[in-house]
Amino acid sequence: MDKNDIAIIKSKRKSELIGKSYTTACGMLIIILTLSIFFFIASKGVATFTTDHVSIFDFLFSSTWAPEKIGSRGQPYVGAAIFIAGSIIVSIFAVLVSTPISICSAVFMTEISPKLGEKFLRPAIELFAGIPSVVYGWIGLSILVPFLRNTVGGLGFSLLAAGIVLTIMIFPTIASVAADSLRVLPSDYREAAYALGATRWQTIKGVLIPAALPQIFTGVVLGMARAFGEALAVQMVIGNSIKFPQGLTDPTITLTSIITMDMGNTVAGSAWNNALWSMALLLLLISFGFIILIRRISKRGD
Amino acid sequence: MRKKCVNFKKLSIICLISFIILSMVSGCKEDNQSSILVIGSTALQPLAEQAAKMFMYDNPNVSVQVQGGGSGNGLTSVSQGSADIGNSDIFAEEKSGIDYKSLSDYRVAVTGFAVISNKGVGVEDLTESQLVDIFTGKITNWKDVGGNDVPVVVINRPSSSGTRAAFKKYGLKGAVETSSGKTLTQDSSGAVLLGISETPGAVSYIGLSYINDNKSINVIKIDDVSPNAENISNGKYKIWAYEHMYTRGTAKGAIKDYIDFVTSDKMKPYIKKLGYIPIGDMKVSR
Repeated sequence: MDKNDIAIIKSKRKSELIGKSYTTACGMLIIILTLSIFFFIASKGVATFTTDHVSIFDFLFSSTWAPEKIGSRGQPYVGAAIFIAGSIIVSIFAVLVSTPISICSAVFMTEISPKLGEKFLRPAIELFAGIPSVVYGWIGLSILVPFLRNTVGGLGFSLLAAGIVLTIMIFPTIASVAADSLRVLPSDYREAAYALGATRWQTIKGVLIPAALPQIFTGVVLGMARAFGEALAVQMVIGNSIKFPQGLTDPTITLTSIITMDMGNTVAGSAWNNALWSMALLLLLISFGFIILIRRISKRGD
Repeated sequence: MRKKCVNFKKLSIICLISFIILSMVSGCKEDNQSSILVIGSTALQPLAEQAAKMFMYDNPNVSVQVQGGGSGNGLTSVSQGSADIGNSDIFAEEKSGIDYKSLSDYRVAVTGFAVISNKGVGVEDLTESQLVDIFTGKITNWKDVGGNDVPVVVINRPSSSGTRAAFKKYGLKGAVETSSGKTLTQDSSGAVLLGISETPGAVSYIGLSYINDNKSINVIKIDDVSPNAENISNGKYKIWAYEHMYTRGTAKGAIKDYIDFVTSDKMKPYIKKLGYIPIGDMKVSR
């Protein structure tokens, strides 16, 4: 080894060191950011229970929302049951409607007509995913709401309107994950099924979809998480009435809508504001739950 | 050759770092430059922004930044010291959780609120008690107040909103609005306008600055008085509110200059143009 080689190795090591420390710093930054966001929201969110003396049970299961009033024990009435129910119902509705459509279009895209799927359907779905939520909301407000009012009745502002908007919004998430999971299946599966005399439909139904199911579930959970967290589009069409819906055409409200509507108008540190933070914490915990669920599912798939 | 490459990398990193440092230094405030941060009410925001633009033109060494975020946000920010001026649609005393004694109130303009409805209700005039009955849920069909046979759909603002607080206090005399029956909530004036123009039987309230010559909605007179600047300034029309700018302690220096500028004669035509009423025009006060 001559001097020159040693110098090269040294300088290589140096640049490696720089690269390594830079990537480590970036990784650490993300971890610190996530943790500090969590602790910030948690510290604000627990104030409802510690300083305002609301019991967790009341917060989760009471439907009395009157944060400006003070109860007998000095606690404000911040029951979030209506918001929680609204969020759950509307997300489940969206997932139930969106999942079959998404899986079918994924099957079409990968198995039935890959050419057409690759050329038109895939770009269309990608375009769908790129539309900002305020646009979905505005279209929902100006087209879907009047349409529902004239066809199914009611006010138009309803659980149904929000569910339909969310169905369309989470469709690209579920469809693209499902399509990817079908695409990466080894071609042996298809060939083996055909060799056994299975038709295309039998192959799809009996072999491909079952094999891709864990990944498809991941897509469904991702879609569910998106539906749960969507604020703007839902808030614009759901009507935001603070009461339990009696049917699909009734207006109701979700966790995210009450947060976006009240956050700017309430004073930091007041019971009202604290209750909104508690709901934000609840949303965060729910999305953590979804993430854990996804990890469980994909682990089982391996 | 390789060595040169590494040197080039090093050089670029040094350049990058020095660029960052330079830009940080140049971003620092100069001593003779003062900046004012205004946060709060979205209803007052257009006026505050217009004033800021003109004020900075006259005073190039002061920078005024105006942000929205809502009245509650404005009051919180100014009392915690993170903003110099907090804009609010309602008195700080009326917002729970604010140490209003430490704040100084500057009333910069007046906003009127009109009761608006869908065009198909067939009603152009309501008495004050009819208005209260509609919003408290006692009247559920427009035919009970001389209109068409259309059910009433109340579109409210969120209960924390300054507009709703003002309407409840001066329009409904403090009566509690119904939450049962056909009620919706929309949190922006634009969404309220769209909801009103499309939903049969819908009724709501909105800042006068949003109405202008809007033909898609029906503006309702209260006790035969139209909501307009003249009727508000002479006290005939009751549903209006002050737009406040709050400062911590008494306003001094550039902050005082800016608030004075907002209420100055120079701003008056703009205040009117944006749909507010200049404080100097008011013949009544609260």
